[in-house]
Amino acid sequence: MAGGVARFWREIPQRYNIIGNKCGSCERVFFPPREACPHCRRKSLGKMEDMKLSGKGEIVTYTIIHVGPKAFEEQIPYPVAIIKLKEGPRITAQIVDCDIDDVKIGMKVENTFRRIQEDGYTGAIYYGYKFKPVTG
Amino acid sequence: MRDVAVIGVGLTKFGELWDRSFRQLITEAGSKAILDANIGGKDIDAMYIGSMSSGRFVGQEHVGALVADASGFSHLNIPATRVEGACASGGLAVREGYLSIASGMNDMVVVGGVEKMNDVGGNFATETLVTAADQEWEAFFGVTFPGLYAMIAKRHMHEYGTTKEQLAQVAVKNHANGALNPYAQYQREITLEQALNATMVACPLGLLDCSPVTDGAASVVLCAAEKAKDFTNKPVKIIASGQGSDTLALHSRRDICTLDATVHAAKMAYKQANLTPSDIDLAEVHDCFTIAEICAIEDLGFVEKGQGGKAVENKITTLDGSLPVNTSGGLKSKGHPVGATGVAQIVEVVQQLQGESDKRQVKDARIGMAHNIGGSGATCTVHILEAM
Amino acid sequence: MRDIGIVSYGSYIPRHRIKTEVIASVWGKDGATISRGLGINEKSVPSIDQDTATISVEAARSALKRCAIDPQDIGAIYIGSESHPYAVKPTGTIVGEAIGATPDLMVADYEFACKAGTAGVQSCIALVKADMIKYGLAVGADTSQAAPGDALEFSASAGGAALLMGGDNVVATINHTCSFTTDTPDFWRRAERKYPSHGGRFTGTPAYFKHITSCATNLMQKVDTKPEDYDYAIFHQPNGKFPVSIAKKLGFTYNQIKQGLIVPYIGNTYSGASLVGLASVLDVAKPGERIFLTSYGSGAGSDGFDITVTDKIAELARDNAPTVAQMIEDKEYVDYGTYAKLTDLLYWE
Repeated sequence: MAGGVARFWREIPQRYNIIGNKCGSCERVFFPPREACPHCRRKSLGKMEDMKLSGKGEIVTYTIIHVGPKAFEEQIPYPVAIIKLKEGPRITAQIVDCDIDDVKIGMKVENTFRRIQEDGYTGAIYYGYKFKPVTG
Repeated sequence: MRDVAVIGVGLTKFGELWDRSFRQLITEAGSKAILDANIGGKDIDAMYIGSMSSGRFVGQEHVGALVADASGFSHLNIPATRVEGACASGGLAVREGYLSIASGMNDMVVVGGVEKMNDVGGNFATETLVTAADQEWEAFFGVTFPGLYAMIAKRHMHEYGTTKEQLAQVAVKNHANGALNPYAQYQREITLEQALNATMVACPLGLLDCSPVTDGAASVVLCAAEKAKDFTNKPVKIIASGQGSDTLALHSRRDICTLDATVHAAKMAYKQANLTPSDIDLAEVHDCFTIAEICAIEDLGFVEKGQGGKAVENKITTLDGSLPVNTSGGLKSKGHPVGATGVAQIVEVVQQLQGESDKRQVKDARIGMAHNIGGSGATCTVHILEAM
Repeated sequence: MRDIGIVSYGSYIPRHRIKTEVIASVWGKDGATISRGLGINEKSVPSIDQDTATISVEAARSALKRCAIDPQDIGAIYIGSESHPYAVKPTGTIVGEAIGATPDLMVADYEFACKAGTAGVQSCIALVKADMIKYGLAVGADTSQAAPGDALEFSASAGGAALLMGGDNVVATINHTCSFTTDTPDFWRRAERKYPSHGGRFTGTPAYFKHITSCATNLMQKVDTKPEDYDYAIFHQPNGKFPVSIAKKLGFTYNQIKQGLIVPYIGNTYSGASLVGLASVLDVAKPGERIFLTSYGSGAGSDGFDITVTDKIAELARDNAPTVAQMIEDKEYVDYGTYAKLTDLLYWE
């Protein structure tokens, strides 16, 4: 993928700021943003509004990855979870800043800004969201 | 719509086949099926080939044409189409072949499924498999394919109390069956202890909860049922073909522990065949991971939602059980050459219904089911077959 | 005269720590002696997915959480660091995007060894004063690298702080700033090289001490103050000894520098050092208190600031983001092997 940066650039609002969208017809919230609401379909065309999500949610399910892709080799073992965000959509992300034994279904988490991947030592660096336990 | 029958089947050995190339594998499976069907090349109206990722595994797209060519049919200029739905590519190829005959467009087709996974390194193979998931919003953030099913397992354990032992029992059962299958990649039994203590891959799934990386090909010949007896004295009718789709990403599903694509495809199939789950004598289901078999038997209606973990210990899905599942050894023990799996499942069901399954034979098998899944459940095909 | 100064602030310290004695034992040295000699007990280590950009974003987001300003009103962002993730492609645009300040924005990355962050503060002050921007964001952050086995390995750490500067809702007025700069090669890193080099003991008297002393003296002369006029003093902290020594030399007491002296617990965060020290002071500062800050960057120069905390600090929602003290306590120790993995000592392809 060396040099192919366009797609990663397009997704910056989603990866940096969790910007999804809302159906202007039924108010359902989506992440990542959709071209049309699956419930309202044609009624929603042209009515989808950008929306910045809070980044707060809770873990619905998770796993600890012990055999991972090359890009994540140095982080093994690492937790990955499906998180239900406050606004409704679910998101898949790594969990950081806690012991892997402490990750639990129901844990409250919030987003943090980290390096996700890079295109090798000479390629672009892709930043984005990971989630950490809510403190306090 | 007219009836469709399977009149011939063919299979290569499944495993790490260093000596066999993509072209050699599919040609072997195809010729075996054609010989088994007693047909000539001129009888074939079209070919449908299932292959998940020939582009990444062998750098080759356009494999519909390639397979027709490698099989020696190019001078007949027949339609040759590659079908793709990740790990359901084989099942989809079967369905496309079936639909083309049921609709009257074709009288006879050859369906093949093939995957050559060992010409690339292990890391690249793993990265290729995860293209069955949502590349941008799942894989990019570090989740692996076993990781997705592990998350299904964790949730299933949380909601229904399914245990790691119950997952391991599925692996033990399927290995016991595979040990009786001369085509299987792994023909040896494993113990519960081995399954429980295997290297962790993605908690709670260990190495023995996961199907392997495999080379292999399978093929079936389909023809209009009314003509079947011209070619074979033991045809098997496809009495239903169902298909379903669902969200690509696991996180977008309605219910993480239910593959709605399976439920939908099964409903379609039961309706078409006018049957219920209790009418099924045996089933080949998509056990890419042990948890997948547990969810499959629930979503196919064989057991209540949440009760899938108990099916082995309650002797429902064992070889001698009330509804044997994965008599071939399943993906776990037989192997999972991705695009070939859906077709190989049909081969097993057909042989069972013909009474040809030797040590794995299910007594009085009359109606069988094949269930094939793509990705973490975004595509599903369900076929029901009946001895004619 | 318009009140120009700090509108909000934020900081970030990574959670991993490695103890001086753990590093020392790898190289066959006595940890207790080194710890005492350097005045550093442990240092912060970034996790594999953290870098200057992620630290800057965390610090900037913390600053924004504490106040009610609209990030779109930020007119300039300057990120000062010795470990920008790219040699070419600014960290500032990544931060700008991540806090929603783009696209009507002036951005540049700064380098001036450990004082790149305070240099950014001066630029922001000037732009606000010139009415060219409403608010400016200056960040000093680093994930500094040290050669394995070098003395700097005990102190080079990771962390950063962000100051939001403006002319409205100022919680700490910058009464005056000035700098003292010369071409002094005490510590440097050549382009393309992974680790810095330094002049050993030359980094003391002719470098750190000379520049901070001159800058501090000039500053106090310009604003007509004496050390006892200040409640807090922060000096660049490459180790736990230099700032104590310079404070004494200039006539400040240990009590004045204590709150801002964080290097014993997290090491030298390079471009973050002075600003994280300032953040630690702002975490507890009360209206009317006066702060003296002199940073130092090798190469060499010092930036001095005379700061008075205003009444508005009581309205700043300081609890909305972690304090320096909280982040110092939120820690997890690693061994040397893990430290080597995290700081890319084990480079391979």
